[in-house]
Formats: sequence, C-alpha cells, structure tokens
Amino acid sequence: MSVPEIILEVKNLKTSFATDSGEVRAVDGVSFKLPKGQTIGIVGESGSGKSITSLSILRLLASNGKIKEGEVLYKGQDLLKFSEDQMRKLRGNEISMIFQEPMTSLNPVYTVGQQIGEALMLHQNMSKKEAHIRSVELLKLVGIPSPDKRVKNYPFELSGGMRQRVMIAMSLACDPEILIADEPTTALDVTIQAQILELIKELQDRLGMSVVFITHDLGVVAETCDYVAVMYAGQVVEYADIRSLFHYPKLPYTIGLLKSLPRHDIEQDKLEPIKGNVPSPHDMPVGCRFSPRCPAATDLCRAKMPQLETDEKGNQVRCWIYSEEWDGESEVNIYGETRIAKSRGTETVLPD
Amino acid sequence: MSEETVNPPVTTEKLNPRLESYKQFWRRFFKNKAAVTGGVLILLIILMAFIGPWILTTFTDYRPNATDLGNKLQGPSAAHWFGTDSYGRDIFTRVIFGTRLTLYVGFFSVFIGGVVGVIFGIVSGYYGGRVDTIIMRLMDVLLAFPGILLALAIVAVLGGSLTNVIIAVGIFSVPAFARVVRGSTLSVRKLEYIDAVRALGASDFRIIFKHILPNILSPIIVQASLRIATAILTGAGLAFLGLGAQPPAPEWGAMLNEGRQYMYEAGHVALFPGLMIVLVVLAFNIFGDGIRDALDPKMRN
Repeated sequence: MSVPEIILEVKNLKTSFATDSGEVRAVDGVSFKLPKGQTIGIVGESGSGKSITSLSILRLLASNGKIKEGEVLYKGQDLLKFSEDQMRKLRGNEISMIFQEPMTSLNPVYTVGQQIGEALMLHQNMSKKEAHIRSVELLKLVGIPSPDKRVKNYPFELSGGMRQRVMIAMSLACDPEILIADEPTTALDVTIQAQILELIKELQDRLGMSVVFITHDLGVVAETCDYVAVMYAGQVVEYADIRSLFHYPKLPYTIGLLKSLPRHDIEQDKLEPIKGNVPSPHDMPVGCRFSPRCPAATDLCRAKMPQLETDEKGNQVRCWIYSEEWDGESEVNIYGETRIAKSRGTETVLPD
Repeated sequence: MSEETVNPPVTTEKLNPRLESYKQFWRRFFKNKAAVTGGVLILLIILMAFIGPWILTTFTDYRPNATDLGNKLQGPSAAHWFGTDSYGRDIFTRVIFGTRLTLYVGFFSVFIGGVVGVIFGIVSGYYGGRVDTIIMRLMDVLLAFPGILLALAIVAVLGGSLTNVIIAVGIFSVPAFARVVRGSTLSVRKLEYIDAVRALGASDFRIIFKHILPNILSPIIVQASLRIATAILTGAGLAFLGLGAQPPAPEWGAMLNEGRQYMYEAGHVALFPGLMIVLVVLAFNIFGDGIRDALDPKMRN
C-alpha cells in the first residue's frame, strides 16, 4: 500500500471549557490522521468529546471553550496558529461541516437557494445570478427532485431528509477538501439515513473529498469509513483501519461496544451491555478512564494512564494489555473474547 | 441515488410562503377589532397631520398663530369648533397643526432609540461576556431613572427645543429596545443555523445583520409600535413642563399647559389638546398590542 497524502492530522488536541464548577476537559489528547480522499469515523458515546473535537478543528467553540494544546495540521499547516480571518476563509471553503439537526440548521427566513448561495458569494465572489444557477446545480447533485423549484422553497417546506440534503449542498458549495459530518443521520429515520450515507459516499468518490464522520453508530461506521478513531471520555482509545477494528478489536471498550450491538449473522440470546457509566468530566479516574468499567482491569490499569501504542500496521490502541508492562493474565478474556497480552508470548490471530 | 426514488412529500406549487405568512398575519390582525380601530385611528391621525394644515391654509383663513384678543377664551362654536385660547387663537386649527409635531416626536425618537437600542442589544446578546455586562449595566443605569426625569435632565442639559426633545426621548427608549433585542438575540444565537453559517465562514457582522436581525424583527416591531405611545406621552409631558417645543408652536403638551391656567373659567382650552393626546396614545397602544398578538399568537393568553 502506497503512503497516501495525509490531509488532516490532529495531534494531541486538548480542549477545555471553563464552567462554574471548574475546568472541564472535554477533549484530552486526541490524535488521528486522515489520508486524502478517505473517510475517518470518530465514534464514541454521548459526551465522549466527538463533537468538540470537530468543532475544535474548525475553531468554532463556544466562547468559554479553549484549545489548550495540540496541533491541527491541514496540508501541513497548523490551523490553531491561523488568524481568525484566515480561518474564516477556510471554513466552508476548504473544510466544511454538516450538523446533526437538519430541522434547525437552516435559517427559517431565507430560501434554500439564498442559503446555498451565501457561501458561494462569500468565498467565490459569485454574483447573485451565478450563485443561483450553481445552487440549482448543487441541489441536483444532492439528489433533490425538481431543483429549480425547490431552490425557491423555505426550509419549513422541506422534510428532514430534504433539509439534510440541502445542508450537504451548502457544505459542498465551494468544493471543500474536507467535509466534517457531525452525526448527519442521527435525526433522520432509517431509510433516509441510508440514502444520506449513500449520497455522502457517492459525492466523496465523485469530488475526491476527505470526510470526517462523527457518529455514535457503529453500523454507520462500518458502512462508510476507512479508518475509525474510537473515543472514550475525551481521548482516542483505539485508532484502526476499518477491517481490523471490526474483525479484531483490541481494546476492551471497543469489544464491549461491538458486543452490545445486535447482529443478524450469529445467534444471540441477549445483548451484553457495558456496565456502568461514562465517568463525569469533573471526576476522571486516575488511571485508564475505562478501568472502572473494564472486565479485565488490573491494579496497573487503575493506577496509571496507558499511552497510545502504535502497532506494525499503524493502528493504535490505548491499553495496558498490549504493552510490555501488562501485569495480568497472558490470555485475557474480555466479554467472551480472548486477547493475547503483549508481554507474554506473541500475538496470534484467533481462528474465527 | 440516480433513480427517481427519492421524492418525499413536499408541498408543491404553493404561493410564495412569505406572502402567505403576511396574509396570515393580517388575518389574525383583522380579527382583533380593537387593534383595527387603533390602526384606523392612526391612519386618520397621520392623514390629518399631512393634509390638515394644507386644507386649512388653502381653503380657510384659519392660522395656528393668528391672535384675536377680542375673541379670547371663547367656548366651542360654529366658527371655532374647539373654542379659542387666551390669545384668541383657534384651538381646532392649533390642534390640527400640532398633530405633525406630535407624530414627529413619536416617530423620530423611537427611530433613534430603536436603532441605537437594537445595535446595543444585538451586540450585547451576540458577544456576551464582558461586552454584555458593560452594555447591559449601562442600560440598567438608564432604566433606573424614571423616564420623564431622565428626559427632563437631558433636555435641561441640551436646552429646550423640539429636536432636543426627540433626542432625549430617543435616549430613554434605548434601554427598552436593548433589553428586548438582547433577549431575542440570545435565543436565536444558540440555534444551529447560526453555527452552520459560522461553519460556512461568515463573519460576525454578517451573522448579526443578515442572520440574526431578520429573525428578531417581530419583537422589535412590537416594541416600536408600543414605544411610540410612550414617546408621544413623554414628548407632550416635556412640552407641558415648558421644555419642549417653544411657544407659539402649537404643541399639544404646551397647549395643555397654557390651558391649565384657565381650567375653571375655560376648561376647553386644556380639554381638546388633552383629549387628542389620549386618543393618539390609546390608538398606538391598542395597535401595538394587536400587532404583538398577531405576530406571536402564542403570547396571547
């Protein structure tokens, strides 16, 4: 496999919010790489810091949020060092974003066409007329029937799926290099979900975009992504290519997540949930943040935070089991799956 | 997605939705009889202000400042519908000429106060933090004074004239607008479409004036229509205290003040300008209420 150009690299990103009850570290050391033209999925439970990560990339945090540390390298340039003016030129033009709620993400007082045209007039100095023509083309591109009529509609006249398509058209208006999709299908029903995912994928192939896909839905990830970064409590805990992640997840948390999904290919009596809750950001465990819920946790896990270890395939995992210091059994049983610890013996691929 | 499979029900071939919502607004407004009465009264008063003086000067010999000491303090009659004042001036003529001054004070002061207040409020609500604190505490200081007292102080500093009254009343309308606008801005700012346009690279200026302002127009309109009544009342109050339009200008408040001295022997001198003030203020108030109800049916109880 040739080494593809890395278009976006996030290194050790830390974002905190100043709240009345002290500093909340919403994102605490997130790193991942996005090769050009590929899709990375950022997966995690609610409150794991997925959305804040994406907002940090575009520097769109609320006024009490602050990026404390880290680098966001876009084509080798650190976006965190950009001026607000440079950022503004970049947003919507080179990196654009789709939001979760199509119902409220469009301004009710303007027509769909006016809103799509806005980015075009802003970044590409198009005239009103040119922007209008391009808006119709974009609506057609995102699969909206009779776009020349819909372009004059107000958002309230469109259904949720339609609005999400309009949002996608808006974000694609200036041919961005990267599209950040923040749970774009969560608010839609399943049939529409599939259509929207299909659409994003198709457009990605056609336009050569790279996509950052934020979701809590592993099914969506399996369908759309090339790489996955699993987030837990503000950290990336596992980063892997899609095949490895689904076939041989390493981290107990990821295994737990996959086990808690209903599957149709094997017989399942009941789903096994991960017990417990995500720790509160005010009261983080000292060691591994998943240790209070982890079935394989040892004293080491509870005492010391593991680092992201990179394996020979470039996949990363933040877990003591795969380090030299592991103090538990050499064969670890996690939610009914066996993982071989690194320090005892060599890794063997399990027969399916 | 190339097939024509995707066709969720979309309301098709309707009239312009913006036009539709205007129509709905008017439908609701016309159901409110009091508001319609207020609106009609306002129209009549505006008409009176515009063509009344012209009719009087073109077709009759009545002039607002023509004195006739032989006929002073006459009660209402065929020749003088509202009677005459202490200089023998025809009160009806003066009331007609004064309408213009009254509306002038009402509209312009609200315009000034509205523009300044909206800018303060929207900036305060949008940026929040220290800017918000400074602006809103400043507004609180202005609000802490009873309205007429503040206007009085400003006019006392600037000197008594109609322009200064407008400025004073304008200043004292600022906090009311700023508060309403700030509140609405706060709620609109949190909506996702504001984030979405920010993510498209829009500047703060653009977001404020192109995306927030149009969405908070209705509370501004309501505030303005209600505020005009207060402004007229304050303007008349200042004139009554001798700080507004200077004599012999036929300002209603000033006329009321003149009539005050003859309250017992010739009550009509004060009565008619007073009635006119009541009428105009009432008209604007019920009209403003009607607009509020029609713009926001949820607020109606």
